[in-house]
Amino acid sequence: MWERLREKLTILADAAKYDVSCSSSGGNRKNDNKGIGDSSNGICHTYTEDGRCVSLLKILLTNHCIYDCAFCVSRKSNDVKRAAFTVDEVVELTMNFYRRNYIEGLFLSSGIFKNADFTMERLVKIVKKLRIEQRFNGYIHLKTIPGASPELLTEAGLYADRMSINLEMPTESGLKLLAPDKSHEDVKKPLGFIQDTITQFKDEKKTGLIKRVPKFVPAGQSTQMVIGATPETDMEIMHSAAQYYKNYSLKRVYYSGYIPISYDSRMPVIGSQPPLLRENRLYQTDWLMRFYGFEVKELLNEKNPHLDTDIDPKLSWALRNMDQFPVDINTADYNMILRVPGIGVTSAKKIVQARRFGRLRSDQLKKIGIAYNRARHFIRCANSPYAINEPEANHIKSLILAESNSKYLKIPQTQLSLF
Amino acid sequence: MVTFIFDGTFEGLLTAVFDYYELKPERVQLIWDKLYQPKMLEESHTVISDEAKANRVWQGLKKKLQPDWVNTYYCAYLSEQPQAFQALFDFALYIFDNKPGAEANFGNEHVIAVTQTAKKVSRERHRMKAFIRFQKTADGIYYAPVEPDFNVLPLIAGFFKNRYADQQWIIYDVRRKYGLFYDLQKVNEITYEFVSAVDTSKPRLHESLTDEKEELASMLWKDYFNSTNIPARKNMKLHIQHVPKRYWKYLNEKEGKN
Repeated sequence: MWERLREKLTILADAAKYDVSCSSSGGNRKNDNKGIGDSSNGICHTYTEDGRCVSLLKILLTNHCIYDCAFCVSRKSNDVKRAAFTVDEVVELTMNFYRRNYIEGLFLSSGIFKNADFTMERLVKIVKKLRIEQRFNGYIHLKTIPGASPELLTEAGLYADRMSINLEMPTESGLKLLAPDKSHEDVKKPLGFIQDTITQFKDEKKTGLIKRVPKFVPAGQSTQMVIGATPETDMEIMHSAAQYYKNYSLKRVYYSGYIPISYDSRMPVIGSQPPLLRENRLYQTDWLMRFYGFEVKELLNEKNPHLDTDIDPKLSWALRNMDQFPVDINTADYNMILRVPGIGVTSAKKIVQARRFGRLRSDQLKKIGIAYNRARHFIRCANSPYAINEPEANHIKSLILAESNSKYLKIPQTQLSLF
Repeated sequence: MVTFIFDGTFEGLLTAVFDYYELKPERVQLIWDKLYQPKMLEESHTVISDEAKANRVWQGLKKKLQPDWVNTYYCAYLSEQPQAFQALFDFALYIFDNKPGAEANFGNEHVIAVTQTAKKVSRERHRMKAFIRFQKTADGIYYAPVEPDFNVLPLIAGFFKNRYADQQWIIYDVRRKYGLFYDLQKVNEITYEFVSAVDTSKPRLHESLTDEKEELASMLWKDYFNSTNIPARKNMKLHIQHVPKRYWKYLNEKEGKN
């Protein structure tokens, strides 16, 4: 009995781990029914040895699947052990882990067995049981099964905090190559339906006519793209992400470096390194778009379709736009200070507060916590020496690289040598 | 320079600020009595903690500071670090001597010192929310021993009370020898006596004291932790950065990895 449950957990956690979404924030569920749990700011309860956060119990209900997507470990034709949880098993696992403070909640996905509605119905049954019978107010991230009926999706949204559907490949052509049965249209439809329903509930709340409007997917929707399985450029990936952020008000787009799990000749071979650096650069770009006020086309465009590997996208943008620098810390607009390499959101906010009390010097900036060695090439402050020459981008880049100790630089850069 | 010697309590710290305005010395060095060593030709003053004086100072600070800064101030105090006490003392004088809003001056050394200390404490508070692992005892109480770097139990009591409202729990600070016990109504402070039935030097409860399903739950968690890892992405440096080794002792998923 125990052994079978352990085996199932092992199989179904292993099959779910390629979904990289780990967030448990954005919800605002309170424990006001003297039940158990709440969800607010998101907590990472532990980290795996690959350095990824473990916040939720992330499992599939089953890894049986009627589809045969080449990039997926649970594809029909793959010879792996199959398993399926019962509804009660998932509920009990979640409660037992949550009560011991192991997790923030449940991330529940599933292979498609029989059909979309049949699968979605089982998922809804689980979250309903958790919310109603167990009075569970922890975080629930539920996968939307493409093709499930609107009634089921609406019901799911009343119990889940976040819902998501994966785009899988950044472009339609990439997806068609590896999963001929699927299309981005299948994703757009339910994403749009849930987004519309979220808006509808919010509007109802605004009218004030109904006393208590129930929560509907309070932490919003997210999606994921697999990177490096198909030959898209960084520009294609990020422009696609920007579209989805805009059209569906997504909370997050996740980028998952493809880890070879198949001998399929259309994709990288088993044993090749997952594109971790590229994934990192894409996330940096994503952050610049969401928190630093950058437009995607400033960072990636026809002239620069790929992100630099040796430097991060913010520095890369700055070096391409030296005419915008130096920025005077004591007079510049907040939005411009935010664009200085080496200054983050927290420091930028502190700077604009602090400068009301007097012109800031470099020693104060260091204490505020900016990465001064990086930022100094792009700023002027109260005690900046008089600059004789205009700084030159390549020179700055070599100075910064010489001081940098990024782990990625330890990997030899692919540069042609002349001799 | 006058040396103020105080008892390390929050009340004592605030009383020291009160005494400063009564005595008006030039500059003050604030020292925790347990670290104090008298020096020749030194002018010193022993601060005697006084609830009324402390309260007046606290109310004064509350009036001048933004609400989140009141928390920041208390948070920084819980670091229990000698240099933080000095920073908190200097910060209080800085606030009283300037117009309201002065706490936003991040160019000021006292503001930065208090901010940074509070940040460290806050990080530890967050880690406790993450790394506490309850073990269910045979009588249904969820028990977790901890050894936080700073005295953060007062900062997490409310969080655990709200979250685990329908289960009794104990969080016990092994190093500071006190803990919190939630009895389904309110959170009570408990002393060593309360948990004397268990060997607090051991991170895990003895089998005879735990619920019959405790071992299974812990085992399933370890299974899950191992299965959700992606070996092709192994990155131990990042792993240890997020889960520093000093916390492993109380994390059951890291059991046997020390």
